[in-house]
Amino acid sequence: MKPRSASRLLPLASSYAVLLVCTAVFFLPIAFMIVASLKPDELVLREAGTWRALFPGGASLQNYRDVFDRVNFGRFFVNSVFITGCIVLGGLVVNSMAAYAFARMQWRGRTLCFGFVLALLILPFEAIAVPLFYQMIEFGWRNSYQVQIVPFIANAFSIYLFYSFFLTIPKEMEEAAAMDGAGALRTFFTLIVPLAKPAFATVAILTFLMHWGNYLWPLMVVDHETYRPLPVAIAEFQTLPPIQWGDIMAFGVMMILPVLVVFLVFQKGFVKGVASSGIKG
Amino acid sequence: MSAEETKRGGVRQTLARLLGSGSFDAVFLAGPALFGLLLFVAVPFAIAIILSFTNLRMGSPLETQFAGWEQYRRVLGDEAFRRALFNNALFALVVVPVQTALALGLALLLNQQLRGRILFRTLFFMPVVFPMALVAIVWKLLLAPGPDGLMNSMLQLVTFGAWAPRDFLRDPLLALPAIMVMSIWQGAGFQMVIMLAGRQGVPETLYEAAAVEGAGPWRQFLHVTLPQMRNTIFFVVIVTTILAFRLFDQVDILTQGGPQLATTTVMFEAVRTSFAEARVARAAAMTVIFFVIVVGLAVVQRKLLREEREIL
Repeated sequence: MKPRSASRLLPLASSYAVLLVCTAVFFLPIAFMIVASLKPDELVLREAGTWRALFPGGASLQNYRDVFDRVNFGRFFVNSVFITGCIVLGGLVVNSMAAYAFARMQWRGRTLCFGFVLALLILPFEAIAVPLFYQMIEFGWRNSYQVQIVPFIANAFSIYLFYSFFLTIPKEMEEAAAMDGAGALRTFFTLIVPLAKPAFATVAILTFLMHWGNYLWPLMVVDHETYRPLPVAIAEFQTLPPIQWGDIMAFGVMMILPVLVVFLVFQKGFVKGVASSGIKG
Repeated sequence: MSAEETKRGGVRQTLARLLGSGSFDAVFLAGPALFGLLLFVAVPFAIAIILSFTNLRMGSPLETQFAGWEQYRRVLGDEAFRRALFNNALFALVVVPVQTALALGLALLLNQQLRGRILFRTLFFMPVVFPMALVAIVWKLLLAPGPDGLMNSMLQLVTFGAWAPRDFLRDPLLALPAIMVMSIWQGAGFQMVIMLAGRQGVPETLYEAAAVEGAGPWRQFLHVTLPQMRNTIFFVVIVTTILAFRLFDQVDILTQGGPQLATTTVMFEAVRTSFAEARVARAAAMTVIFFVIVVGLAVVQRKLLREEREIL
């Protein structure tokens, strides 16, 4: 083998150089948002084009106080957490159960029903948003929590992910449970669910990523502040006169900070979850 | 045995007769999800197809009638919708190769034994957890017009002052590229992670064999990495293409489709037609066209992947 010579160090150095440039590009907007949120409003735009854009002069939390004075931020935040939380939890229960019935049980209509689920895999939400909107009006669900939760609990992609995972569990374990007299339901809830923790984590994270930023749907079905989630709330806030960029960025930071903390704590899980979404293709 | 239990037993037996033995449990497990998918996905989609062949318009005194292909003819003849299709296609044509190449490049860089690679991976992935609405608003400030804007002043810096400050989002030539850039910024990390997983699935022995035969890094990339990661790359390409056709949030928040239709998209037109104009049937037709495009892309994906899916 060659010693660590210049010919090996050069590619390494250039790798680092490229990575550092990319880091700057990826992190700059985030840093800019955080710094702007700490600055007096009138300085945000004035300093945006200078090196001072990334250095808060006279940092204060005034903008954060202003956000709470101007809008009901707490309400929007709780709305988003509640809506996303219900979709994630409901989805974990409903979709894992269905996936188990498809992966391991014999019943008439199984092939047909599973074909139906697979067919829906390619149907993006946008393709049904408009008719679903009119359907929801018929239900009398406009301006509510359920309109933002219930239609999204059953999810073909989640079923497919669970299904793929259940197939990898050795059948012998279930056969042993069946010998002990456990029915399908008991086997599922006491044996399979604990074994499938990684699949639950993956689906939870992907569902969260899919729905936390929902904008189009709440924009269509909710015009009441009471049920408004964060993405729509910040879009409204940035047009609310007087337009103060410091306040808007403070709103943004408060909206994303808890999520960033959760992401940093579970980042291995996030990366694994996203990676597994692409493996099967 | 109480009456209640007898009744439940009866239901169980009927179901068992209908669906085969042991099916009560299966219905209990699969029922809720199937019901949800039917009611909230299949039914609305069927409604969209039916509506697209009518003339329904909210608040119109005319009776709803069967209108044949009329809505489709009108939608496809509509200047705004054609421009929307063009914009979506252009968006895909630029964003898909750039974002895929960027994601692949980053993944390959991070696949080396580097110090701090977890840190880099975390940083590049960070924008993925940002809701698009927030991304759009932060970038709106970055793209602020005049020399005060960060993007303008940076472009001035790297061109040694040759760049004249522009109002990106109100410039018909720059508005869509600006939206492309922020979309890539938000999405690249997601694709990077998928690429990284794909790269780690390539057996190292292939690289060793290639090295023994004297292949340098470039030839290893061409003859090992690319063919081995074929499926992953196609997956990323198709997913990004479909995402490009779903484009809505950024447009709604930043440009409302303007200036002069430069940033309008299929979804933006569908929502506008449905809400501002209450033309339900026409919006439904747009929705169906959107779906046909997505299915077309998915079919292409299947063909390209030539993958034997072992389902069922």
